[in-house]
Amino acid sequence: MASTPAYYGFWHHLGRLLLRLGAWLVLLFLILPILVIVPLSFNVEPFFSFTEGMLTLQPEAYSLRWYEQVFSDPRWRLAIRNSFIIGLFATALATVLGTCAALGLARADMPMRRLITALLLSPMIVPLIITAAGMFFFYSSLGLAGTHLGVILAHAALGTPFVVITVTAALTGFDYSLARAALGLGATPWRMFFDIIVPLIRPGVISGALFAFITSFDEVVVILFLAGPQQRTIPRQMFSGLREQINPSILAIATLLILFSIALLVTIELLRRRAARLRLAPAD
Amino acid sequence: MASHGADTAFLTFSNVKKTYDQQTLVVKDFSLEVARGEFITLLGPSGSGKTTCLMMLAGFEDVTSGEILINGRNITSIPPYRRNIGMVFQQYALFPHMTLRENLAYPLKLRKRPAAEIRARVDEYLALVELQGFAGRYPAQLSGGQRQRVALARALIFAPDIVLMDEPLGALDKKLREQMQFEIKRLHAQLEFTVIYVTHDQTEALTMSDRIAVFNEGVVQQCAPPNVLYERPANLFVADFIGESNKLGGVIEAVEADSVSVRLDDGTRVRTLKANRTTPGAATTVSVRPEKLTFTDRLGAVGNRIQARFVDRHYVGEFIRYHFTTAGGTPLVVKSLNDGSAPHLRAREEVTLAWLPEDSQALDRPAVATTP
Repeated sequence: MASTPAYYGFWHHLGRLLLRLGAWLVLLFLILPILVIVPLSFNVEPFFSFTEGMLTLQPEAYSLRWYEQVFSDPRWRLAIRNSFIIGLFATALATVLGTCAALGLARADMPMRRLITALLLSPMIVPLIITAAGMFFFYSSLGLAGTHLGVILAHAALGTPFVVITVTAALTGFDYSLARAALGLGATPWRMFFDIIVPLIRPGVISGALFAFITSFDEVVVILFLAGPQQRTIPRQMFSGLREQINPSILAIATLLILFSIALLVTIELLRRRAARLRLAPAD
Repeated sequence: MASHGADTAFLTFSNVKKTYDQQTLVVKDFSLEVARGEFITLLGPSGSGKTTCLMMLAGFEDVTSGEILINGRNITSIPPYRRNIGMVFQQYALFPHMTLRENLAYPLKLRKRPAAEIRARVDEYLALVELQGFAGRYPAQLSGGQRQRVALARALIFAPDIVLMDEPLGALDKKLREQMQFEIKRLHAQLEFTVIYVTHDQTEALTMSDRIAVFNEGVVQQCAPPNVLYERPANLFVADFIGESNKLGGVIEAVEADSVSVRLDDGTRVRTLKANRTTPGAATTVSVRPEKLTFTDRLGAVGNRIQARFVDRHYVGEFIRYHFTTAGGTPLVVKSLNDGSAPHLRAREEVTLAWLPEDSQALDRPAVATTP
């Protein structure tokens, strides 16, 4: 705890205390709805509220039955499969396209850089419902609505801006004399790209890819517009679960998703630290 | 050392021009012939076009017009990765994600040498730059001087035809810089590669080069060995840029075989070597190095004399700088060895300064900038 300046009086101290209290309340407000899900997903009863047994911590009030149900219900299994298939392909596409775009935009002689950047980032800024509606009409006319390919393309478009941003960040301060040095030593541009540029921007590429994956993984609006019953993903299935079959299995899957998200965030943070270390490495 | 001339030219710049915006030429008509094994320095203020010439040779910049020939072969349309030219960058450009061994092995790996040969050669070059035992380190774990040596070894390890150095010592402190100058000269003598060296540090250029090309505003002002450049500068820019110069404005009165008589602005008549401004009646600037200008009692009867008034005296250590002004108001500097015979002068004392005719030159451009 930081020491306070000597000139602090009563009101200063009170103000500090209130600020501290307010900050904790905001934090609680943000995290409580998420935390509350976790114990409820172990409820033995098919309710969305705490039973008396749970509150008194009786072991028989808890169970894994909703987890079992998630993994045995063919609808949930299809949703999990879809989420991963769509997420992985959309991420791969977004990563390749976003990295290429960032590399191009980093060039000093790139014309219309601002315009192109704005266009690439627009899926992040335009309200999702508008993007989704536009995609629906466009993809329908191409026969892509209600197909896995259509959903993958749509999610790739949503994920690309994240990759552009993280790779651009990795490229700021990139020492291009490294590229020249490699060419001078005899590397073809292609070889130089894979030997020098790729390893150095890898942390940016990977964290961009993770963001793209998360984007696809919890996306529901575009899915509502574009996906047929065969493309239902986890969030879409949760959405109908809430309306049609009210039981805590959606809490079970939500808990799993929270764990998965934490794992991804930790990965991103570790990568960020690694990138910071590498950034220090070139001669200053 | 290597001889110069058209027959032995190994590297040739022939009327090379470069523009970025199709309007102003950054390099205006650059021609230079370099013999195999020569150490050539391109010297000039920043923006004078010297680095652009280096980049065109390396292949990182296109040539707007003209030719660059290596062994008589025009290389302007060959991509950088097939030119076989080594380069040392100002910021070293070591690959931060590779160890020293991997950095040094990289050009050899690209040339598909057998692993055993690569290993032996990397060890040999690590020893050459005295970094044995550092093979497993990353560049970030080295000091500036060590990185510089690795960069040097990497530029040499694939036995390139030519090694380019773009202000390679600019990032080092003075002491380390002098040490590295010595190191580079040692490697040059040992391995006999051809060097094109770019710097804006004239001392570095003078100590290291076989020949120096002085650049200004995209034009080579003079290309000559260091002693010629210093003692016989071709024009006022060179006289000014290399070392220090006293500049006395005047008018040429008479021209002889290899000397001219000049009437200085204050009326003094002097004899001097002629450089490039040799028409009687033409305005000229006589340039004398501060260490060639002395007090008369040291020089005796021969030579030119000029009256000047003492202004100030700066103690520098191994020598003492005296500041004077002539009757015409031109400032003069005398550099005198601090050997006990350096005179003590009173404020505003009138003295006679002298120099030998062969220690001065009549150069182009009137000394407008120097008269207060």
